[in-house]
Amino acid sequence: MSRDLSYKAVMERRGEIMKRALGIEYDEFILTKVAFDYEGMMRKAGYSLEEVREIQRETGVGNTPLLELKNITRLVRQISPKGYGARIVIKDEAANPSGSFKDRRASVSVYHAAKLGYQGVIAATSGNYGAAVASQAAMRNLRCIVVQEVFDSRQMGQPEIIEKSRKCEAYGAEVVRLSVGPELFYLALVLLEETGFFNASLYSPFGISGVETLGYELVQQIRERYGKDPAYIVVTHAGGGNVTGTARGVLQAGARDSRIIGASVDLSGLHMASDIDFNRKSFTTGHTGFGVPFATWPDRADVPKNAARPMRYLDRYVTVTQGEVFYVTEALAQLEGLERGPAGNTSLAAAIPLARELPEDEIVVVQETEYTGAGKHPQAQLNFARANGIVVKRGDPRENVPGKTIVIPEHFSQLSVVEMDLDRMRRSYIRNCIERSGATEVNEQELKFLAEETRETEAYVAGIIREIGGVKINAT
Amino acid sequence: MTDKCRQGDWVEIHYIVLDPASRSGDLPPETRKVPLECRINGWALSPKKIGEEIEIRTPANRTVKGTLARINPGYEHSFGPAVRELSSIGSELRVMLKEGER
Repeated sequence: MSRDLSYKAVMERRGEIMKRALGIEYDEFILTKVAFDYEGMMRKAGYSLEEVREIQRETGVGNTPLLELKNITRLVRQISPKGYGARIVIKDEAANPSGSFKDRRASVSVYHAAKLGYQGVIAATSGNYGAAVASQAAMRNLRCIVVQEVFDSRQMGQPEIIEKSRKCEAYGAEVVRLSVGPELFYLALVLLEETGFFNASLYSPFGISGVETLGYELVQQIRERYGKDPAYIVVTHAGGGNVTGTARGVLQAGARDSRIIGASVDLSGLHMASDIDFNRKSFTTGHTGFGVPFATWPDRADVPKNAARPMRYLDRYVTVTQGEVFYVTEALAQLEGLERGPAGNTSLAAAIPLARELPEDEIVVVQETEYTGAGKHPQAQLNFARANGIVVKRGDPRENVPGKTIVIPEHFSQLSVVEMDLDRMRRSYIRNCIERSGATEVNEQELKFLAEETRETEAYVAGIIREIGGVKINAT
Repeated sequence: MTDKCRQGDWVEIHYIVLDPASRSGDLPPETRKVPLECRINGWALSPKKIGEEIEIRTPANRTVKGTLARINPGYEHSFGPAVRELSSIGSELRVMLKEGER
């Protein structure tokens, strides 16, 4: 019998396809319409930190160098009030086998797939994750398919993504390159069904537990070298896995006072599913187009329950502009001798102004770098932006308009962050959770779940539910 | 350059995954009016001309059918010319560091 491959039919089979392709019984963790047992899922379906470290040792993932950015720290102190300007250190995740922290995320999924006897793995991603899965699959002798969103209807591709396609093919993966649209996930489902391969989702407990070692390691390294915990850990935020995994690792290392600060490139106003906007952006990841929707509704992902839940961990969430990230990418290369990819430097662009808030004896961690190369480079990305009608100029970064203008700062002191309203995002998350579940009343257990999800009190959650209206609260 | 591939050549195929009417309902109009297109590289299973239907074997060992789009597809992405707005950042920052030492 041939399968019905229409969009609708495949999306309706989504649950059963995912169950076979992940081997996780998500139903086990569902508590009510609204609530599920997040920690139970992470414990039972994922791996412990020790197991993950062992899995990653087998394929050379992790234990990346921690580098102090001495010249950048000097410049920060020059533009800060006397006694201010925290030390900035960077975790050089580009030293992982495929050149980014995504190797951590891929390592556990690919290990698990091999252990369970799957013949191959599939990942739907246009980011560094594709190369990471391809590299890990090569090491464990599995086949690999990466599904990417690469080009618009003019067949014009983002140079950053074309480079990522190349890298996946270099590791022996099949790369399925698509035009713009969220149906990337539809095709991934079709391929999972056709091949019986494992779904190396970014958002499974395997993916997230793989990142926990990053948070754990960086705390250990900083304690060893400086004898204290970092004040701020700045994490580039997109789909939420980097924030979630890192923060969980930091907590497991016992660094309870370190603040987790998410940073995204501001792409407000650009529609992520637009065939026109697609090539009007210079960043294909680490931006608000993923950062906001995935934080306020994580379960939009390609798994029934997303293990990446950034609202549980974010102390602050800030944005920077594309031009600021290109500027600091130059600064990192020219002052610190580290030529690294621009998207991963989003957190560096945020860390510089954030370090000005803190006394000199504090430490700010930039938690990742990524490899750079043709296409994935400020020069390539700015040439591409110009070719797509974007104005590129030096000036005040506040004049930046996503999709229209990229402003490269004229001076180091112009770097700044814009604070996102986390309270508004919490409200939006609660609203999404209530509306999508169709719940007409919430009980004690659900209030508790929503409070954990938003790092707030049950009274706070109840207050917001009352504001939304139409939902009865059944709790004492 | 030939427009005909041999069996076993590394080629790119193109096919339409979803025509506009079959796409997801939740799309902005400019995306909704164009098809979802796909390009995959693999080894040609038969000699064909560009524009003809062909089957390929992919690196993941799948057999996929599509229109032959390119033969020996390479990667043309590069760094492009120097960008004026970036070229002086390094020296500006070094001057600033020097001034700070005084």
